[in-house]
Amino acid sequence: MIWIVKNLWLIPALPLFAAGIIAVNKQPRRKLAATLAIGSLAVGFLLSLCAFSATLGHTAGVVHEVFSFHWIKFGGEWMDLGWVLDPLTAIMLVMVTFVGMLIFIFSIGYMEHDRNFMRFFCFLALFASGMLGVVIANNLFLLFVSWEIVGLTSYLLIGFWYHRPSAAAAAKKAFITTRIGDLGLLLGMVWLYAQTGTLNFYDHGHGCLETDALTQMATDVTVGGMAVSTFIGLLIFLGAVGKSGQVPLHVWLPDAMEGPTPVSALIHAATMVAAGVFLVARVYPLMAAGAPVLAHGAPVTTALTVVTWVGAITAIFAATIAVAQNDIKRILAYSTVSQLGYMMIGLGVGGVAVGMFHLITHAFFKALLFLGSGSVIHGCHDEQDVRKMGGLRKFMPVTFVVYAIGMLALAGFPLFFSGFWSKDDILHHAHEWSVSQIPFYLGCAGALFTAFYMTRQVALVFFGQYRGHSADSHAEARLHGNPESAAHGAPHESPAVMTVPLILLAVFAILLGVIGTPAWPWFAGYMRGEATVLDWTKFGDTAALMVASSVIVLTGLALGWFLYGRRQRKTVGEKDVLEAAQPAVFKLLQNKYYIDELYEHTVIRFNAFAARACAFLDTWIFGGLVLLVSYAALGCSWLSRTLDEKFVNGGFDAGCESLRSTGGGLSRLHTGRVQTYLRIIGVALVLLIIFLIWGKA
Amino acid sequence: MNPLQFCLLVSALLFSIGFAGAVTRRHAILVLVGIELMLNSANLNLIAFWRFGPHPEALTGFIFVLFSMALAAAEAAVGLALVIAIYRHKKTSNLDEVKELKG
Repeated sequence: MIWIVKNLWLIPALPLFAAGIIAVNKQPRRKLAATLAIGSLAVGFLLSLCAFSATLGHTAGVVHEVFSFHWIKFGGEWMDLGWVLDPLTAIMLVMVTFVGMLIFIFSIGYMEHDRNFMRFFCFLALFASGMLGVVIANNLFLLFVSWEIVGLTSYLLIGFWYHRPSAAAAAKKAFITTRIGDLGLLLGMVWLYAQTGTLNFYDHGHGCLETDALTQMATDVTVGGMAVSTFIGLLIFLGAVGKSGQVPLHVWLPDAMEGPTPVSALIHAATMVAAGVFLVARVYPLMAAGAPVLAHGAPVTTALTVVTWVGAITAIFAATIAVAQNDIKRILAYSTVSQLGYMMIGLGVGGVAVGMFHLITHAFFKALLFLGSGSVIHGCHDEQDVRKMGGLRKFMPVTFVVYAIGMLALAGFPLFFSGFWSKDDILHHAHEWSVSQIPFYLGCAGALFTAFYMTRQVALVFFGQYRGHSADSHAEARLHGNPESAAHGAPHESPAVMTVPLILLAVFAILLGVIGTPAWPWFAGYMRGEATVLDWTKFGDTAALMVASSVIVLTGLALGWFLYGRRQRKTVGEKDVLEAAQPAVFKLLQNKYYIDELYEHTVIRFNAFAARACAFLDTWIFGGLVLLVSYAALGCSWLSRTLDEKFVNGGFDAGCESLRSTGGGLSRLHTGRVQTYLRIIGVALVLLIIFLIWGKA
Repeated sequence: MNPLQFCLLVSALLFSIGFAGAVTRRHAILVLVGIELMLNSANLNLIAFWRFGPHPEALTGFIFVLFSMALAAAEAAVGLALVIAIYRHKKTSNLDEVKELKG
């Protein structure tokens, strides 16, 4: 076993230690905190590269190198912990550590003025640790633990400015919503354990994702004629739905934008939300278990069909909402939800490689966009409303260029951007899907909307005239704790510590496309453990689809430019172009299809009702019972006391008194006069003699 | 009346005199004297039973009485010392006034 497999644990452990050290330090040691957090991730990145290189060069199927050890024993069963090194782990490790590192570096600039700089880096490092734990886990249990660490830190980071009520509420919402999904994951985990007796993914033939266990689970049938593997897969998918913000548990993700922007980039774009997709990719063998072996294309099972449909609905659903949002981060948040939907489609219709490719490329360009928006927000003195921006191209040239690259990558601009290749790969597989064509069309429509809303955003933010200088919203500045930074003035370019990570991310947003083109699908080959051959003719197979998707994207871009770029809005209060044309539709989209309100009136109202019912039960039934019991106990104790005082004590006292008086009487015999004693002895002796002499007769 | 009976009679007489003295006298030393008399009457008894018993050649009674007399001497010494100590403490040797052990 190579040393990197054995020491894979170091990658999540280093940020964990960093977080611990930062946590026990005093507040003002900013340099130390930043150095520790970034350093731990940098070392983790180097180790990840080692791990990555160790996975290269396999051409005969996927190799899962595992390292497991016994952890705790309950009953006769050992609970194992362990980690696995395979292409899926390696690529995620490299992505998370690299993107995470850039985001950490960016945070130094962004959080510069924040009073709680140390706390921020502590949480960031802890988050990175949890995320890397999820990635390396070879065990659903370890994965679940890390998963929950990720959930916790996401709660802490969203609520970082907890004194702002909306942030506190958003943190709570995120935590509770993801918990609903986690319940499914937990149930799936328990069931999986009951079925296979192990939670290890790969264990030299005994793991739950290996052939023996899968065949058994695929043949066992449970309620409704579903295979057990399908049911467990769907339960685990529920966890992924919560974490990855899929419909119907997507509501927390846009609200999570209350957190600092680097957090949004790290958690809600690049890594955490990808954890759900990663989880599905990890348990993909389980999802695909029992599918008929096809010569061509990906397996089709009930579980994967559900994944595809959820993804497709999410993709189009969130993309339409993003069209009508005005908060720069919220637009990106909905775009994230939508892109996660694409990843789910990719997993459902095309397998691990397709979904993961989009995950990786998306992580880079979405982190770029979020950090870019952070730079914009920072430069505009903590303004987040796109209506109050405009013309920033002149003020922030670097940010503009990298943002444009990210936007084109997200929109899927043909040929030169990674997003095009990964999205095209997904659409290509959706097109070949044997079950239904609808996800393909939904995906295409989503792509159109994506191009449209990104153009709208960029046009509003970077083109036209600067519409800022309104004095009312400098909320984030005040949250930073120093009102000086909210001083009015023209927007300014961000410092190098913020722009350099952006530039690096932009480079990758372009270059990453190279590894997944149809002619040289290195990424897919790498994930499947096959050799990749350069074959230009393969472009021919997908050319029609590529042209179609290019047309879609270009249409979206043109439409966006036509509506928003050509004629810029002049004032902040002016109505949106779409709002003027279709007020009802726009309002529906702006209010996110009233999903929050729907939940407010159904789930939450029901919950509140249930809570009230429980409170009533508690106060009157259980409380009454408890009160009754307590009164009964009081009565008993009163009785006991009375008995004690009146009878037991009385009797005892009387006994004592009689003993004492007897003793007193007897003590009177004790005169202390020796001669009296002697006299009595004499008399007794005489009596004894008389008895001895005459008593016998 | 054989010699044994005579001896026992003398011994009983001696014992009675001693007992009467010990019980009636108030002075501590005289009480001690009475007690010594009672002790000696017992010794006389022992000697008599040995001398007129079945094995007068074995010297057992004699030895026993020798020990008893040594014991009596020691006891007298302790008793006199006690009397002196009590006298020093209470300036009296009247036993009626020495009743600290009263219950």
